[in-house]
Amino acid sequence: MSAALDAPERPAVPATFRNVSTARKVKNQAATVLVTLAFLVALVPLVWLLVSVLIKGVPAIVSADWWTRSLSGVTPDEVRGGVYHAIVGTLVQALIAGIIAVPVGILAAVYLVEYGRGRLAKITSFMVDILSGVPSIVAALFIFALFISIGGLSQSGFLVGLALVLLMLPVVIRNTEEMLQLVPDELREASYALGIPKWKTILRIVLPTALSGTVTGVMLAFARVMGETAPVLVLVGYARAINFNPFEGNQASLPLLIYTELSTNPSAAGQLRIWGGALTLILIVMVFQLAASVISRYSAISK
Amino acid sequence: MAKRLDLKDVDIYYGDFHAVQNVNLSVPPRSVTSFIGPSGCGKSTVLRTLNRMHEEIPGARVEGQIQLDGEDIYARGSDAVAVRRTIGMVFQRPNPFPTMSIRDNVVAGLKLQGVRDKKKLDEVCEASLRGANLWKEVSGRLDKPGGGLSGGQQQRLCIARAIAVQPDVLLMDEPCSALDPISTLAIEDLIGDLKKDYTIVIVTHNMQQAARVSDQTAFFNLEATGKPGHLVEIDDTEKIFSNPTERETEDYISGRFG
Ligand SMILES: Nc1ncnc2c1ncn2[C@@H]1O[C@H](COP(=O)(O)OP(=O)(O)OP(=O)(O)O)[C@@H](O)[C@H]1O
Ligand SMILES: [Mg+2]
Repeated sequence: MSAALDAPERPAVPATFRNVSTARKVKNQAATVLVTLAFLVALVPLVWLLVSVLIKGVPAIVSADWWTRSLSGVTPDEVRGGVYHAIVGTLVQALIAGIIAVPVGILAAVYLVEYGRGRLAKITSFMVDILSGVPSIVAALFIFALFISIGGLSQSGFLVGLALVLLMLPVVIRNTEEMLQLVPDELREASYALGIPKWKTILRIVLPTALSGTVTGVMLAFARVMGETAPVLVLVGYARAINFNPFEGNQASLPLLIYTELSTNPSAAGQLRIWGGALTLILIVMVFQLAASVISRYSAISK
Repeated sequence: MAKRLDLKDVDIYYGDFHAVQNVNLSVPPRSVTSFIGPSGCGKSTVLRTLNRMHEEIPGARVEGQIQLDGEDIYARGSDAVAVRRTIGMVFQRPNPFPTMSIRDNVVAGLKLQGVRDKKKLDEVCEASLRGANLWKEVSGRLDKPGGGLSGGQQQRLCIARAIAVQPDVLLMDEPCSALDPISTLAIEDLIGDLKKDYTIVIVTHNMQQAARVSDQTAFFNLEATGKPGHLVEIDDTEKIFSNPTERETEDYISGRFG
C-alpha cells in the first residue's frame, strides 16, 4: 500500500523503520485531527443539554418537598410542592408495561431462539421488526382506538401502560434473543447428554446463563419507555394530586407534567418545574441504566 | 451397569448429504473402543448417533439399527432423553455450566432429574469426583464456580458430571484434544479405571493414545471429500497397530506414526 513497501530497493538496515514518508505522516495527522474534531462536535449538543438542564433544574430538585409532595393545592405561580405524583405515575405506568412486556418478551425470545423453525418463527421475527419501528404516537393511537373508541373505556394510566407494552416488547425480545444466542450450544448439548429434557435445559441452564444480560436489557427497556410522551398525551389526563390507582382517574407522569407546565404555565415557577421535571426524568433513567451496567458486570457468559 | 453396543447397517445423513455409509460394529461391555481416521470421515457423526445427540441437528437422520444390550435405541416409543440417561457423553471442549458451582456441576444431572436428597447428592458428588480423579484437587472449594478450574480439571469435572448419572456407556469425542500432556495422561489413566465399570467409546486423533487406552480400534476412512465415510476395519488394538488386515489402515497408521 504505502510508498515505502513498493520501493524497489529496500535497505536492510533497521533505520528503515524510522524513515516514515512525510506524506504518510501528514495523512496520519490529518485523520487524527478530523476524528477528534468529529468527536468534539458530537459532544457539543450533549454537554450543552446536560449543562443547561443541570443549571436550570438543580434549584428545583434540591428541596425535600420536590421528592415527597405533589402539586395539589399549589397555585401555578407558587414555588412550592413537588413532583412526587408524577414520579409515582411514571413508575406505575412503566411497571404495568413491564409486568406484561417482560414475561411475554422473554418467552417470545425463547421461542424464537430455542424452538423457532419454519414459517411461524419467520413471521414472528418479522412482526417484531415492524413493532420496533412503530412510532410511539402510533402505538398510543392504536390503544386509543381499540380501548377508548371501540371499547368505550375512559382514559387511564393503565392504558398508557398498554401502549408502553407495544414499545417495550420489541426491545425486550431482541435483547433477550441476542443473550440467548450468546449461550454456547455446547452447554445445551452437555445438558442433553445428561438426559435432561429440553424444557428443563432451557429453564435451568440456558436462561440462568443468559440472566444478567437479559436483566440488563429489561432495565434499558424500562429506561427507554419512561420518557415516552405521546402515550401519556393521548391516553391519560393530567392530575396535580397523587394517584396510585392506574385504573381510575387522571394520573400525572414526568413527561406529562413537563408538557402541561410548558403549555399552560408561563410563570417563573412553571419554568422551574419544567427544568426540574426534566432533570428528575434524566436522573431516574440514569438510575436504571446504571443498574443495568452493574448487573451486566456479573454476566456468566463473559467469565 | 456396563452394556454392549451393536451397530447394524448404520447409514447417517445430514439432509441430502450421505455422511457415513454402512457401519457394522460391536462394542463389548467393560472395554474401551477407539475410533480413529482422517478428519471428516464421520467419527463424531457415528459417535453422536450412539446417544441420539445428532437429533439436535436439523435434518440429521439415521438408518439401520443401533442396539444397547439388544434393544434398539431408535425403536418406536423409545425416548431420546431416556437413551441419553443411559449413554453419557464427554465433549471435545470442556463445557462446565458457568452459573453453577463445582458441586452443582457434578450433580446437575441428578438434580435436574428431580433428586432432592442432599445427603445422596453429596455422596454422589464425592464418589464421582473421586472417580474422575479430581476429588483431591477440588474438595476444598466445591462451592466455587466450575469455570475457575484449569482446562484439564474442567474436563475431568465434565467426566465426573457424566458418570454422576451412572450411565451404562460413556462416549468421548476427542476428550484430550484441548489439553496439555499431563492432563491428557490423567484422563487416560482415568479411562483405564473407568472401563472396569463402563463401556467406553472414544474418538481420538492421537494414535498413541488409541494404542494406550483402547482394547479395540475402529478405523474409518473416506474415499474423497463429499463421499460418505465408512468403517474400514475394527479389530483388537494390538492387531490394528501391528498387523492390520487392510492396506488402507496400514498406510494411515504408518503415515502418522512414521
Ligand atoms: N451439522 C452438520 N451438518 C452438515 N454436515 C455435517 C455436520 N456435521 C458434520 N457434517 C459433515 O459430516 C462429515 C463427517 O463429519 P464428522 O464431524 O463426523 O467428522 P470427524 O471424523 O469427526 O472429523 P474430525 O476428526 O475433524 O472431528 C463431514 O463431511 C462434515 O462436513
Ligand atoms: Mg470430530
